[in-house]
Amino acid sequence: MPVDPDYLWQARQMQALSFAVHIPLVCFGIAFPAMVLFCEWRSLRTGDPVLATLARRWSKVMLALFAVGVVTGTILSFELGLLWPQFMARFGEVFGLGFTLEGFSFFIEAIFIGIYVYGWDRLPPRLHLLCGVPIVVAGVTGSLFVIAVNGWMNHPTGFTMRDGVVVDADPWSALFGNSYFWHEFVHMYFAGYIVAGFAVATPYAWAMLRGRRGRYERTALTVAMSTAAVAAPLQVIVGDWAAREVAQHQPVKLAALEGLGQTTRGAPEHLGGWYNGHEVVYGIEIPRLLSLLALHDPNGTVMGLNAVGADEVPPVNVVRFAFQTMVGIGTLLALLGLLFLYVRLRYRRLPRSRWFYRAAVAAGPLSIVALIAGWVTTEVGRQPWVVYNVMRTTEAVTGASGIPVGYGTLVVVYLGLAAAVGWLLHRFSRVPVEVHDDG
Amino acid sequence: MAEVPMVFILAGLAAYTVLAGADFGAGLWMLLTRPGRVGPAVTRDHARHAMGPVWEANHVWLIFALAVCWTAYPVAFGSIASTLAVPLFIAAVGIILRGASYALRGQLGGARGRHLVEALFVISSILTPFALGAAVGGIASGRVPVGNAAGNLVTSWLNPTSVVIGALAVATGGHLAAVYLAADAHRLGERSLEADFRARALGSGVVAGALALTGLLVVRVDAPALYDGLTGDGGAIMVGISAAAGLATLMLVWRYRFGMSRATAALAVAAIVAGWALAQRPRVLPGLSIEQAAAGRATLLAVIVSVAVGAAVLVPSLFLLFHLYLRGRLDPAAGPGAAARTRPASGRDARHRTAQAVVAAATLLAGVVLTSVIGSGWPLVLGVVCLIVCAVATFGLVTTDITEEGSNGRAAVRRDG
Ligand code: HDD
Ligand code: HEM
Ligand code: HEM
Repeated sequence: MPVDPDYLWQARQMQALSFAVHIPLVCFGIAFPAMVLFCEWRSLRTGDPVLATLARRWSKVMLALFAVGVVTGTILSFELGLLWPQFMARFGEVFGLGFTLEGFSFFIEAIFIGIYVYGWDRLPPRLHLLCGVPIVVAGVTGSLFVIAVNGWMNHPTGFTMRDGVVVDADPWSALFGNSYFWHEFVHMYFAGYIVAGFAVATPYAWAMLRGRRGRYERTALTVAMSTAAVAAPLQVIVGDWAAREVAQHQPVKLAALEGLGQTTRGAPEHLGGWYNGHEVVYGIEIPRLLSLLALHDPNGTVMGLNAVGADEVPPVNVVRFAFQTMVGIGTLLALLGLLFLYVRLRYRRLPRSRWFYRAAVAAGPLSIVALIAGWVTTEVGRQPWVVYNVMRTTEAVTGASGIPVGYGTLVVVYLGLAAAVGWLLHRFSRVPVEVHDDG
Repeated sequence: MAEVPMVFILAGLAAYTVLAGADFGAGLWMLLTRPGRVGPAVTRDHARHAMGPVWEANHVWLIFALAVCWTAYPVAFGSIASTLAVPLFIAAVGIILRGASYALRGQLGGARGRHLVEALFVISSILTPFALGAAVGGIASGRVPVGNAAGNLVTSWLNPTSVVIGALAVATGGHLAAVYLAADAHRLGERSLEADFRARALGSGVVAGALALTGLLVVRVDAPALYDGLTGDGGAIMVGISAAAGLATLMLVWRYRFGMSRATAALAVAAIVAGWALAQRPRVLPGLSIEQAAAGRATLLAVIVSVAVGAAVLVPSLFLLFHLYLRGRLDPAAGPGAAARTRPASGRDARHRTAQAVVAAATLLAGVVLTSVIGSGWPLVLGVVCLIVCAVATFGLVTTDITEEGSNGRAAVRRDG
C-alpha cells in the first residue's frame, strides 16, 4: 500500500522529538544513581553530614526524573509500533529480544529505586546502600540493550533476507555479535556521565555566582563537576574511535559528516561552512586531516558522496552541522573538565575565577545539546535507511492517517511535561537545606 | 513452542491489569471522594500515598508485554499497532499525563495549579484503562486484520465490544484499588478510611460484576465467535473462576478479611485475561493462527531463555519489594529514624593517593595508545577498559578530601569579573 510521503516526514519528526525528550533523562538514569551512591557511601564511611544530606536530596530528584524517564520511554515503545509497524513486523524477531532484555533491567531499576528512595531511615544503612547497587547496574544494562538495537539498525547482521522476508533470524548474534555497537555503547555511557555531571553542577555553579557558597554547595559542585570532568576529556578519545568505526562500516555517513562530495585521496577536513551539493564552501580547510583521523593515514582514500546514487545520500547539512556541534561542544567541555581537574588536584580547592563558574553554568545545557546532536548525527546520517542498506524508512512507516494530530498533541504534551519538570526541579531546590549533624 | 511467549505476554498483561489497574483505579477514587465519612482531601491523600513505592515497577509490565509481543509475534504486533493506532496513542498520552501529574502532585502541596494537575491525573486515570480496554476489544472481536493499518481506524475500537471492555477495565481498576486501599487503611488503623473504602469496594464490585454480565450479552450479539469461546471449554472455566473469585472477594470484604480479599480480587481479574486468551485460541488475528504469527525458532528460544533468566532475577526482587511494601516498611511516616551510625573521618594516607595517581596516569597513557593509535581488535578492548579505569581512579583522586572542610573551603570566588 503506497504511503503518503508527508506521513514519513511527520513520523520522523515525531520520533526525533520523542527521542530528544527521552535521551537526556536517560543520562540521569545512567549516572545519577552512581553519584548518589557515592555520596551515601562516603558519608557512611566518614560520617560527613553534608554528603548524607546531598544523597538524600539528590535521591528525590532522581526518583522524579526516573518517573519522567519511564513515561517518555513508554511513549517510545508505543511509537515503535504506531509509527513504524512495517519495520517491527519484518524485523521484530531479529532485534526485539534487545527490548525484552531491557524490560528486565527496567524492572530491576524500578523496583530498587522504589526501595531505595522510600527506604531512607527505614532500612539499616548498609542494607540501604546495598539496595542502591542494582539501580546502578540496571542503568548500565538498560542502555546496553537499547543501544544493541541501534547498533544493529546501523550495521544489520544475524539474519538472511529471502523475497523480502526474514529467514534464519539469530537474535543473539544480531544484537551482541555485532561489531558496531560497542563504540556506541561506550560513547553513550560516557555521555551519560558528562550530561548528568554538568547538568547537576549547573545550579550549584549558579548558586556560587549568586554568593551562596556554603559547604553544601561546594561539596555538591565538587561531586558533580568531578563526575563530568573525568569523563569529558576521555570522550574525545572515544569519539575518535566512533568516527573510525563509522568510516569503516558506513562510509556514506562519514562522507556526509564531512561533506565530502568526491572520493578523495589525502582528504582534508573542513571546519564550519556549508555543503552546496558538491563540496564545502566557506569552511576552514585543514589538508589531509580527515584521512589521518578516519584511516590513520594522511594519504588514505576516503569515499565521497558521489560513490552512491543520490537517493542514498542522507541530508548532508543537517548531519554535518549536528556533527560539528557535538565535536565543538565536546572539545570545550573537555577543556573545562581539564581545567577543573588541574585546579582541584594541584591546589586542592575549587577554581576561583567567576568565568569558570559562568562556563560551568553553561556546560549543563551545552552537554545536552551535544548529546542530541550526536544522536542526530547517528540517526539522520543513517537515512534514508531505517535498517542500514536493508530497509528504507519509507517502507517502514505506518499507513494510518492522522499523524499530524498525533504530532500536534505530542508537542503540547511534551511542552507541558518540560514545564512540569522544570517546575519540579525549581521546587526541589527551594526546600531549605537542613544538614543533620548527627555523626 | 509458539505458544510459550504468548503465555508470557498474557502473564504480563494480567499483572499489568491487576497492579497498574489498581493504580489507575486509585485515580478514580480521587474523583469520587463522596459520599464518605472522611473528607475528600484525606481520601485523596490516602489514595495517592498508598501507591508510592510500587508505582514505577507496576508500569513496567506493559512494556514487558509489548516487547515480548513484537519480538515473538512481529506481524501481529505491526498490524495491531497500525490499525489500533488511535486508542494506543490515547493510552500513551494518558500514561505521560498520569506519570507527570503523579510526580507533580506529590510536590504541589497547596500551590496554585493544584486543581488543574489533579484534574489531569483523574482524567488520565480513566482514559488510559478505557483506551487499552477498547484496543483489547478490537482484537478480541476480530476487527484487526493483518497488514499495515488494514483495519478501520475508528470502528476497530469504537464498537460495542470495545466500549464494554473499556468500561469494564475502568470498573475493575476501581474495584481493585478500593480493595487494596481498604486493606491499607486497615493496616494503618484508620478506621473511618477503612469503612469508606470497604463500602467503595463492595459497590464497585457489584458494578464490575454487572458490567461483566452485560458484556457477555453484548459480545453475544457483536462478536459471536468470542462469545462461543467464552462459554465453551476452557473459556467457560475461566469465566466461572472469575465469577467465583469475584463473589468471594465481596464476601471477604464484607467480613473485613482484607488480606485474603486482595488475592481473590486479583484472581478474578487475572482469570478474565486468561479466559479471553482461551476463547480466542488458536487465533491471534483473523486468518492468523498463533503458529503462523510466531517468529522463527531461534528467536522464540531466545525469548524463552531470556525470560527464564530474567525471572530468576526479577522474582526475588519483586518479592523483596512487595514484602517491604505490604509490611509497611516503606511507609513515609514515623520511621525508626535510624540515623547513620558513623565512624569519624578517616583521612586517606598520602601513599594511597600516590598509588591512585600512578594508576590514573598509567591507564590514561595505555588507554590512549591502545584505543587511538592501535585502535582495533583486543588492544582496543583493553584500551577502553583502561580509559574507564582511568576515569574511576581520577574521580577517586579528585574527591579523596571532599569531606575535609578545608579542602574546598578555600573556594571563595573572586569578586572581579
Ligand atoms: C555529551 C555528549 C557527547 C560529546 C561531548 C561527544 N559526543 Fe559523540 N555522540 C554522542 C554524544 C557526545 C551521542 C551519545 O549522542 C552519540 C550518538 C550515537 C552514539 O553512539 O553516541 C554520538 C555519536 C558520535 C559519532 C557517530 C557514531 C555513529 O554514528 O555510530 C561520532 C563519530 C562521534 N560521536 C564523535 C565524537 C567526537 C570526535 C567527540 C569529541 C569531541 C564527541 N563525539 C563528543
Ligand atoms: C527501533 C526503531 C527505530 C526507528 C524506526 C528509528 C527511526 C528513526 C527515524 C526515522 C528518525 C528521524 C530521522 C530524521 O529526522 O531524519 C530517528 C531519529 C532518532 N533516533 Fe531512531 N529509530 C529507532 C531506534 C532508535 C534507537 C534504538 C535509538 C537509540 C538508541 C534511536 C535514536 C534516535 C535519535 C537520537 C534520533 C534523532 C533525534 C533528534 O533528531 O533529535 N533510534 N529514528
Ligand atoms: C527506541 C528506543 C527506546 C525505547 C523504546 C525506550 C524505552 C524505554 C522505556 C519503556 C523506559 C521506561 C523503563 C522503566 O519503566 O523503567 C525507558 C527508560 C530508560 N531508557 Fe529508554 N528507550 C529507548 C531509547 C533509549 C536510549 C537511546 C537509551 C540510552 C542510551 C535508553 C536507556 C534507558 C534507560 C537507562 C532508562 C531508565 C530510566 C531512566 O533512568 O530514565 N533508552 N526506555
